Amino acid sequence: MPAAIVLGGLLAYPLLLGVWLSLTDTVLGTPGRFVGLQNYVQLIGDPTYRGAALFSICYTFFAELGKVTLGLALALLVNQRFFGYRTARAMMLMPYVAPTVLSALAWLWIFDPQFSPVSWVLVRLGLTHQYINFIGSPTHAQIAVIVVNIWRGLPYFAIGYLAGLQSISKDLHEAAAIDGASPWQAFRRITWPLLLPITTILVSFSSIFTLTDFQLIWTITRGGPTDATQVFTTLAYQRAITGGSLGQGAAVAVSPVIFMVIFAWFVVRSVREERTGRA
Amino acid sequence: MRSPALRIYFPLALYALFLLFPFYWMLITAFKQNQELLNTPDPLLIYHWTFAHIVGLFTGTAYLQWFANTLIVSLGATLLSVAISYLTAYAIIRLRFPGSQMFGTAIFLAYIVPPSILFIPLAEILIRLQWFDKLWALIPIYATFIVPFCTWVLIGFLRSVPRELEEAARVDGASNLLIMFRIIFPIAVPGVITSAIFAFTLSWNEYLYALVYMSSSFNKTVSVGMTSELISGDVFQWGQLMAGALIGIIPALLAYFFLAEYYVAGMSGSLKD
Repeated sequence: MPAAIVLGGLLAYPLLLGVWLSLTDTVLGTPGRFVGLQNYVQLIGDPTYRGAALFSICYTFFAELGKVTLGLALALLVNQRFFGYRTARAMMLMPYVAPTVLSALAWLWIFDPQFSPVSWVLVRLGLTHQYINFIGSPTHAQIAVIVVNIWRGLPYFAIGYLAGLQSISKDLHEAAAIDGASPWQAFRRITWPLLLPITTILVSFSSIFTLTDFQLIWTITRGGPTDATQVFTTLAYQRAITGGSLGQGAAVAVSPVIFMVIFAWFVVRSVREERTGRA
Repeated sequence: MRSPALRIYFPLALYALFLLFPFYWMLITAFKQNQELLNTPDPLLIYHWTFAHIVGLFTGTAYLQWFANTLIVSLGATLLSVAISYLTAYAIIRLRFPGSQMFGTAIFLAYIVPPSILFIPLAEILIRLQWFDKLWALIPIYATFIVPFCTWVLIGFLRSVPRELEEAARVDGASNLLIMFRIIFPIAVPGVITSAIFAFTLSWNEYLYALVYMSSSFNKTVSVGMTSELISGDVFQWGQLMAGALIGIIPALLAYFFLAEYYVAGMSGSLKD
């Protein structure tokens, strides 16, 4: 069982080792000793950690909200037949396919305080008088990374919803149309309820990876300004790698596991229902 | 009924603007002269084209080395992961050993463990093994998150292969190994290719492990090299950065378009309906 070895050796073992490290005061290079829950107690009293935990949750919540609404709208749009619909379906996946760090670099350049093309256009249109400091102020930076996360994840939701829409029988919509239902009623009463299972899967799945996102935030803000966009993973990186305290970093990295277990439970349950439902 | 221009193409244009603008910005920055990046009547256009950024990237930085590193690691991790995944998926679906069902769920759970919570303990392990800053170490490391995913994809494919085929071969006296490689493998090729392409793009996208475990410039991957060496202090070489990003995106895009062609043509009648 080669996979059992790989899984055990390189996944289960590190996970357990991570939990163990979080209970020690290990510093990079020297073995630590067992300190019990001390790291966690320290974290709870640490305003930077509390801020990071809070922003991780807000980041996930607003990004998921954006991805569900914009992704579903895009799916409804490209589910129609029009000239170029195949090209549209292929092109919409670009943000999802491109390596995150590389596209995040392009966003960093778009967010430039002096040379931002967005500011240039807004000033041109007379919507604002001065260039926007996109990632210089805490609130702006928080909104900026959420927008980029939506940008990156939206295609995944759109393609998931597109598959969902195509599995809905056309008869249902025809019957509704005959009964005189408006498009909005048809969406509200037929499409959306039938899309709920796929929504659960998409959101839980995406939440797991949004909650533990690193690449995007690290590239754009490094957790700044003044820790405003700090999340679990960026803080864990700073504490463990930059700061050298592996023990405390491990505690930061392990802490979101509680949320992930909840999401994972939803995913496993939905996937299993989907399977048995089809069989 | 309103016109399709308003109903479809207008919202579509808004989406295209949002989703594709960063790529356009990357493209024009990569070919703009330096002074034009800072001072131009219209930043959305190019007045003077230049290849200086790309030339500078190839001659003045270790970009080609990083690119080669990423390619080696991605191909290695893909090969290793797909081989392991095929054997595992086959074992789970065909051999039905006791506990195979539970093992399947475990694989799925492993797939949803994000790599970003494992980088600290893995660092500890790499230090103990003295694998730190060794490029090839990334191959087994990447396999940890690719194998669960590929196994999951392959389980889906193998499940659809009729059992009778295997039974017929067995009646004819074929051994387990022969069945696995000569009978089932050719049928599973679409699944193997699909999972290989996913594996390749996942490795190509990876950042955190390479960032933490590779320290010398010689061993860095594209994403890591660009963010750690092309950004020095507050001086951003935007032309070079965007040129590097553009070139770094190409392999992922090629893999994806190949997959889309393959995927749509091969198995998804529903997309064409």
